[in-house]
Amino acid sequence: MRDRPIIFGGLMVFLGLATFPIWYNVAAGKTSRGPDIKLPAQEKECVAATDYMRSSHMDLLVEWREQVVRQHVRRFTAFNGRNYNISLTGTCLKQCHTSKADFCDRCHDYAGAGTPYCWDCHNEPRPAATVAHRLPQ
Amino acid sequence: MTIHRRGFLCTLALAANSSAQAPAKRWAMVIDPQKCLKDKGCTKCIEACHKTHNVPALAEARHQVKWIWKEPFGHAFPSEQGEHVREELKHQPVLVFCNHCDEPPCVRVCPTQATWKRADGIVMMDWHRCIGCRYCIAGCPYGSRSFNWVDPRPHIRQINTDFPTRAKGVVEKCTFCEERLAQGQPPACVEACPEKALVFGDLRDPQSEARKLLRARFSIRRKPELGTKPEIYYLV
Repeated sequence: MRDRPIIFGGLMVFLGLATFPIWYNVAAGKTSRGPDIKLPAQEKECVAATDYMRSSHMDLLVEWREQVVRQHVRRFTAFNGRNYNISLTGTCLKQCHTSKADFCDRCHDYAGAGTPYCWDCHNEPRPAATVAHRLPQ
Repeated sequence: MTIHRRGFLCTLALAANSSAQAPAKRWAMVIDPQKCLKDKGCTKCIEACHKTHNVPALAEARHQVKWIWKEPFGHAFPSEQGEHVREELKHQPVLVFCNHCDEPPCVRVCPTQATWKRADGIVMMDWHRCIGCRYCIAGCPYGSRSFNWVDPRPHIRQINTDFPTRAKGVVEKCTFCEERLAQGQPPACVEACPEKALVFGDLRDPQSEARKLLRARFSIRRKPELGTKPEIYYLV
């Protein structure tokens, strides 16, 4: 067992390198910090509880999609009794999360979830967007 | 008091009948080609539709996406194209789009139910569910469906953010502006027509403008011999 120092020394170097990202983030103070998202200024409550939205907003969006496209249901009653028009662009983005980059993208980047294909077709509202379903000029 | 079998069944039938919902609307379009042709160069309905629904303007013919367009008379009505048909009629353009058939062949062939017929007659599309197999394009005898061979977004002049675009690999077509109907508005093409050549209405309502026109004048439909029962009527 004359190789013991080399073996244990090598193991220590390996463990140090393998866990380097963790140490690096601890040193930079990044581990306890969540995504730096910009919350809407004028609204305090979402259409569902925050925990549910954080974990399952995609389920809600799929449910909304089925309701609008296949069941012709266009109104949603939230847990607090408020009524909303079911629309990703018209309600989520226009009414509250006015910047997709500052809300959706930041959280998705943080979670490593990438950009979902919703945005292949659905649009971000323009600052001076056309009024809903009027003929665009 | 005794209950007889016949009386019991009659009561049941009456109860079932009274609880049944009123039949849904049956949306249809009536087109007056004479009014449409007053200004032969007019494309206002096409522009309004394509702007509203983010239809891309692609230069290459084989990639073109169309919801509403003009077709030569002979193409639109091949069975009416007799040898001795009026010469000017042969070259007249006819406004065509999805016929929202009562027996839509596109619905029968769609393997994912991405297209289906609603209770109000609209042949609807769920672009989320379309896998781009193009069976519906092969099935539609009117050429009313277009496939997105390329990403359409760079080819949309100005995106209407209130309506989604489509992705590459998805089929699209006219939906009778169901998103506008849900808000009590007429289809964009009907609203844009300066001659009021397009009349949109409920065929189940005898007093609707569409039914009145169909009662008063003779009308034809595209390729009725195929049994698809198209619901776009052309006044003659």
